[in-house]
This record gives sequence, structure tokens and C-alpha cells, in this order.
Amino acid sequence: MSDILAVAEHRRGDLRDVSFELVTAGRDLADAAGGDLHVAVIGGDVDGFAEELNREGVDTIHTISEGEEFNHDVYTQIVEALFDELAPELLLLPNTVNGLDYAPAVANSLSLPLVTDAIDVEYGDELAVTREMYGSKVETVVEVDADRVALTIRPGEWPPAEATGDAEISQFDVSIDESAVRSTVTGFQEVGGGDVDITDADVLVSVGRGIEEEENIALVEALADTLGATLSSSRPIVDNGWLPKNRQVGQSGKVVTPDVYIAIGISGAVQHVAGMKGADTIVAINTDASAPIYDLADYGVVDDLFDVVPALIEAFGGEPPAL
Amino acid sequence: MKVLVAVAEVADVEDEFEIDGLAIDEQYLNYDLNEWDDYAVEAGVQLQEAGDDVEVVSVTIGPERADETIRMALAKGVDRAVRVWDENLEATEYLDSETKADVLAAVVEDEQPDLVLAGVQSDDTAFGATGVSLAEEVGFEWAAVVNDLEYEPGSDIASVHRELEGGVEEFTDVELPAVLTIQTGINEPRYASLRGIRQAQSKEIAPKTLDELGLESDVTDSAVSLTELYEPETESDATLFEGSPDEEADQLAELLRDEGVEA
Repeated sequence: MSDILAVAEHRRGDLRDVSFELVTAGRDLADAAGGDLHVAVIGGDVDGFAEELNREGVDTIHTISEGEEFNHDVYTQIVEALFDELAPELLLLPNTVNGLDYAPAVANSLSLPLVTDAIDVEYGDELAVTREMYGSKVETVVEVDADRVALTIRPGEWPPAEATGDAEISQFDVSIDESAVRSTVTGFQEVGGGDVDITDADVLVSVGRGIEEEENIALVEALADTLGATLSSSRPIVDNGWLPKNRQVGQSGKVVTPDVYIAIGISGAVQHVAGMKGADTIVAINTDASAPIYDLADYGVVDDLFDVVPALIEAFGGEPPAL
Repeated sequence: MKVLVAVAEVADVEDEFEIDGLAIDEQYLNYDLNEWDDYAVEAGVQLQEAGDDVEVVSVTIGPERADETIRMALAKGVDRAVRVWDENLEATEYLDSETKADVLAAVVEDEQPDLVLAGVQSDDTAFGATGVSLAEEVGFEWAAVVNDLEYEPGSDIASVHRELEGGVEEFTDVELPAVLTIQTGINEPRYASLRGIRQAQSKEIAPKTLDELGLESDVTDSAVSLTELYEPETESDATLFEGSPDEEADQLAELLRDEGVEA
């Protein structure tokens, strides 16, 4: 048997999209390996989740009722117990914040080689995993020479499984060692708020690391004012404290879908792209023609933003600030 | 108490570069402190400043060249540093997170810290796994992707915020000893002062080999190997405006007006 075990992810009552992407990736790998696809769902409304996860290609869904939300100490014990029970060839987990909060621990405990953040996988004599390095500037293939492997997949890289399936649903009981639970989730909080909701904007002028200095933010602010647009940013701008958190577009910020998104000095890291790829028209201004933002942009100006943005402000009748 | 901060020297790649076999040609690489680790160093130094008897030690897996980067951490307030390297590590083509965790675990055994801080991931390989692997290896508790830390030196519990996706933070209490992986934005890393840079010259960077840490040379054996490294094919079909900046801006303005953007 060369089975695959994928572990679904949910948060605050909802399965996350990546759970259905895991089904697609898991089915492909199970076909290549000639085994079954097992999907586990831990905690929360496991029966409701199991119904939703019953997609074409899933052979068995294992439900484990244990707590409402993710706790890595609990997940770790359960996934290890299930892995021991099923002895799959591949453990497939999401490359999410929570996935990375337990996948390395499980892999280490089970002595499985771990490859994270896969964007493609081929299963031949060995597992060949495609992943990125150096901030997406290069892609690599790593091969894993082992009988059993743990792998995390990047959200958004596999299409979600949609068609309904006929999986067997099986309850799995685990006795949790409470003494090993040494972390406690005490609550959640939505961040951001503030007076501006960038998710409402039709036109976003978004600024990234290329702006170099805090005082230069005035330049993109002036462009946003001139165009009647809303100002947003990529992560480094918020990390530097130059704009508040509610302006951040990306995986850990807001997902925006404006009519027009003008990315200024933004390279287009995958975490940022996750938040803005749904914009109707994407314009990039960046000196680096090979920046990943251009893979997504509809229009681009490969030039120095400090020359182009003042000219653009003037073209709309505004006055660029003196920097 | 003792805080151990795991820091990595990472390579930043220039916009234009060439690949030589399974690596980027050395002339296109610039070495620097890993961005996430800069925030971890700051978090450690802030704990040192908040407590009477807090020692902050940094640990790095890296060649002698990394001393320059380590000196920057020392200049920011880290008390002393350990750097692990030998010919086995030098000969290892692909240092995976398991090997890094094993090496760091040996340093944890040596140093017996109460708290280990590490960046969420490294800029270059972006595995994002070393901190949590290390925690499991040494039997510490952990929290990944921490963007807020409330901790009184000496306490048994650290209260952290973990940054989840979509603008949601999770509040978690973590029992010590623990490994926390630190997200960018948790604090504002300080610049090294001239005085700090001078003081850093006299601080200890202790070189250690795998043997000195009690590790067998096969700790670097890995089931994971790099077999290809290439520039991804560009998928860009963007229409690029050309000319002087003024001409480019005029074309872009025309497009934006067509898209309904009005001043």
C-alpha cells in the first residue's frame, strides 16, 4: 500500500480552501503511488466538515473530535497516532501558518524528511518537489530518497477538488496526553479596523519596499489623492510602521478586488500576490523587469518610480511633493 | 535567565544573476543577516533590557565569513555568540531543516536556555521549519509566527500573538522552556550604535565543530537533495509602456482614464 494522508485545516467554523486543494494534490499523488487517499479532520464540527470534504478522489475521511480550534500539541499527537495506524507513504499538510506550526514537529517526531512550501510535485522513483528560493527569484527541485515523507503544499497552487465523492467516513479515537499540551489558545482578534477599508476601494495605489524611506510615502499619498484612490501597501511598509496594519494587502493582510490596482515599488512576493491577484486591472511600476509582479500585471512601467510617479501626478493635473 | 537567538546569514540575490550548476554564481550574492532574525535579535535584546539577569546568546550555523553578520547582532546588544561550522557542514550541499535542528539542538543542550527565538523563515531557502523542528527535538514547547510577545523575564509562561492569514491574530499562552519563531513587524529592530559596534569587537564568538558539540558527522546526512535550480520562466504578458518617464506617465495616464480613473 502506498497511501497518502492529508490533514484538512479549518478555522472558526469553516474549512479553509487549502483543505480542498490538499484533496486534489493528494489524489494525484495517490494515483501515482497506487494507493488510497485518506483525509483527516481534527476538531470542530468534524461531521459537518467530513460531509464537505467528501469530494471525488477521497477514499476515507477520518474524523477526530478533539477541541474546537487548532492546538498544535493536540494536532501533533493525533496526526502521529493516525500516521502510525495507517502507515501512509506520504503525509500531506498545508503550508499555512498553522501547518508550519505542527508539520515540522510531526515530521521530526516520526523521523520523516520534510519538504515545505511545494508548488509542484512529481512522483516517480523518488518524490521530486518543486519549490522556490531567494524570494521567488529561482525555482528548485528537491528529491527525497526515503520510504516515507512529509510535505507541505503552498495554498493556491492546486485547484480545489469540487465534485462530490463517496468516501468512507471513519471516526478515529485518540487518547490525548494532557501533560504534553503546554500551550493554550486564549482567543482571536481581527486586526486592522481603522477609518479606511481598503477592501471597499475601486482604485488602490499600493506602495512597497521600493519607496525606500518613510518620507517618500508622501509621493504615493499624493498620487492616491490626485487620482481619488485609496492608499494601500505591501508588508514591509507596515512592518516598518510607515502605514497602519489596516492598509496591508496580502496573505496576512487584506484580500482586495479593486477595479484598478497600481503596484508601486512592489516586487510581488507570493504572500502579497495572494491578496491582490483578484484585481481587474493590475499596473506595476518597478525598475526590475524580472520582478514577479510582472507575471501578474496587465500593464507595466519598467522605470524608476521616483521619475514616473511625479510625472503621473502632473499628468492628472496634480502637484508632486518635494522630497 | 538565558535567551538563545538563532540567527542565519543569508544570501540576497541581485536582480540580474547567473546560475552555476546548482547554485547562483557567487558574484551575484550579497550576504546579510536574515531579515526575520533581525526581529528575533531585537526581541531578545528587549528581554535583556527588561530583566536584571538576562543573558542573550546568538547561535549561527555558518562559515567564518558569517562573523561579520554576527558582529552586527553583538553590536545590537547580544552578549556573546556561538558559531557552528566544520568540514562536514562545509561539504554539505543542501542543509535541510532537520540537520539545522539537530545542530541547534546540540547547542541548546550545551547552553540550556529558557527561551529560544528564531526567525519564522530564512530569506534564501524559506523552509520555515527549523524552529518548530528544534522545539520537538529538544522537548521544548513552541509557537510559530509570533508577532507579539508579552513576557516578564523569569516567568513560566509567555503570552504571544500568532499572525494567522487574513488579518486574524491568535492569542496563545506558551509554557517555557519554549522556541518562538518571530515574524517581521513584531518590533522595530534597532540600528547598531557606534558604541555598540566598538563593544562588539571584544565580545566572544565561540567557534564550535560538530565533534565539539558531541554530534556524529552523519548528522549532515539527508534524504533531501537539490537536483535542479533554474530561473522560472516568466509568465508575463504585461503591456509595457516605453519612452522617457514623462512619456511613460502620459501613456499610463491615458490607460487609467480609459479604465475610469479620474482626477
